[in-house]
Amino acid sequence: MQKIMVCVKRVVDYNVRVRVKPDGSGVMLDGVKMSVNPFDEIALEEALRIKERTGNVEVVAASIGVPDTQQQLRTALAMGADRAVLVETTAPIEPLTAAQAFLALVRKENPDIVFLGKQAIDDDANQTGQMLAALWDRPQATYASKVEIAGGKAAVTREVDAGLETIEIDLPAVITVDLRLNEPRYVKLPDIMKAKKKPLDVIALDSLGVAAEQRLKVVKTDPPAQRQKGIMVKDVAELVDVLKKKGLIR
Amino acid sequence: MSKILIVGEHDGRQLNPAVAKCVTCAAGIAGGEISVALFGADTAGVAAQAAAIAGVKSVLRVDRPENTHPLAAVLAPQVAALAADHSHIFGPSTSFGKDLMPRVAALLGAPQVSDLMAVEAPHRFRRPIYAGNAIITVEADPAHKVVATVRVASFESAPAGGSAAVESRTLQVALPAHTRYVGAKTAASERPDLQTAARVISGGRALGSADNFKMLFALADKMGAAVGASRAAVDAGYAANEMQVGQTGKIIAPDMYVAIGISGAIQHLTGIKDAKTIVAINKDPEAPIFEVADVGLVGDLFQVVPEIDRLIG
Ligand SMILES: Cc1cc2nc3c(=O)[nH]c(=O)nc-3n(C[C@H](O)[C@H](O)[C@H](O)COP(=O)(O)OP(=O)(O)OC[C@H]3O[C@@H](n4cnc5c(N)ncnc54)[C@H](O)[C@@H]3O)c2cc1C
Repeated sequence: MQKIMVCVKRVVDYNVRVRVKPDGSGVMLDGVKMSVNPFDEIALEEALRIKERTGNVEVVAASIGVPDTQQQLRTALAMGADRAVLVETTAPIEPLTAAQAFLALVRKENPDIVFLGKQAIDDDANQTGQMLAALWDRPQATYASKVEIAGGKAAVTREVDAGLETIEIDLPAVITVDLRLNEPRYVKLPDIMKAKKKPLDVIALDSLGVAAEQRLKVVKTDPPAQRQKGIMVKDVAELVDVLKKKGLIR
Repeated sequence: MSKILIVGEHDGRQLNPAVAKCVTCAAGIAGGEISVALFGADTAGVAAQAAAIAGVKSVLRVDRPENTHPLAAVLAPQVAALAADHSHIFGPSTSFGKDLMPRVAALLGAPQVSDLMAVEAPHRFRRPIYAGNAIITVEADPAHKVVATVRVASFESAPAGGSAAVESRTLQVALPAHTRYVGAKTAASERPDLQTAARVISGGRALGSADNFKMLFALADKMGAAVGASRAAVDAGYAANEMQVGQTGKIIAPDMYVAIGISGAIQHLTGIKDAKTIVAINKDPEAPIFEVADVGLVGDLFQVVPEIDRLIG
């Protein structure tokens, strides 16, 4: 094991209550707090733990996005990544385009593992890792809740609808992580200072030979349907009564 | 004409109920022709179940030993091969479909519509973003095939009564050996399945222990309900991971959802928005769960739950 690449996405912070613009042209993003996608923090944490366990592993954080994405890559460096690469573009990036760009980086970097979050909390697409694995023609282990590496292989326990499933994959491979894989570390102030000196390369998307193709055009953004206002009941007897009348319990 | 291929999830014996929901979604594409593809070691039984879904024109069986366990890396090239004469390739928005479909899309160079919740036209769909805080309408470039995962909570099941033709297909596709199934740990349960149950009772952090969760299981058994949990309850080890409801857990649409000691974080609410009736029990009258509840009761769950249990005897 020599190198791990971790893909991190700049997203609206998970504490922000996202609102739709009145004209339906998108969501309000002005002045909103941006963060590293929470799942990608877990991905990075896992890479750092492997590095700490086995030593001599380089952890490279990679992202695709607007120039300000450097902020999130600095956070990744402060957490402990050794260096970072930003594929810069201001165009909207679909998961397939992201996968193509990450593939181009993978061809340069030759990592043993690429870690990603299982989904980004902005578009909730849950696609990029699987797409990268397909284009790379390598294994994928999605929704990881446990990763064990030995002898050029990884045993990955996955969170699936029925419970937990374990698969074995040959490296190099793509692993996307779920919530319970680990608890990401907090960044301390000295780490932030140190991170400023770590290398962060910026390259243009088209320099990788990847075009920001738009295969899916967003034509409208609406707020979700509101539920009807409900009723408050005063005690359990009334609750049971109401549910019986609705035919929900006997 | 649109030709829609649905990748049918099954466990070897039972077709997943999500398939009949995908059929309803696909039937929303006017004039479309619907096929269901089944991959497995022996899909005869589940093929018969798929053929009985009204609206399905044909069932395509791809039986080979490598398909015994659904590994995305093994299935994707086969789905991509079958996709050649289809315009739309749909799978359920379950852990099976979410794992597999993007790999198929990438092999086809096609975009994927994740969590498709409404079909507006053959290339125009609606889907949620930001944990359901916004719904976007997307138009897919007809130059590509459309790959989608179908948000099963948004669709009713297609009825029975179909009699589709069942064909076996042999695909000349090389399969990778780099991914191997090792095993699974699933909680065998007599209770209704969380994803399809008509009634669900969920507990949150307030339950305080796995032991206290037993109270909810007992109540659920009386009501014929499935049991779910918030992420906080799962993280704390009070409930199993497959019980998590929400943005990153299960998205469900039961007739009744009872949230007990759950605050109602946006990530949780996105999983229950399609429930017909939401009942909330929380000791904090300001808890956000009451904003979406149809019936709310302010109270201490440790008094309320035993009392409900008594009253429904
Ligand atoms: C990326 C990301 C993804 C997430 N995905 C999910 C997800 O899929 N599902 C999910 O659920 N969460 C998810 N979360 C977490 C979510 O933000 C909340 O933290 C979580 O839902 C809170 O769980 P809770 O309501 O059980 O706990 P709390 O928010 O702590 O609420 C406990 C509630 O219990 C009430 N209470 C306390 N004692 C009693 C009592 N004796 N009787 C009655 N009521 C009582 C309190 O008033 C409070 O409202 C996610 C978060 C992130 C960042």
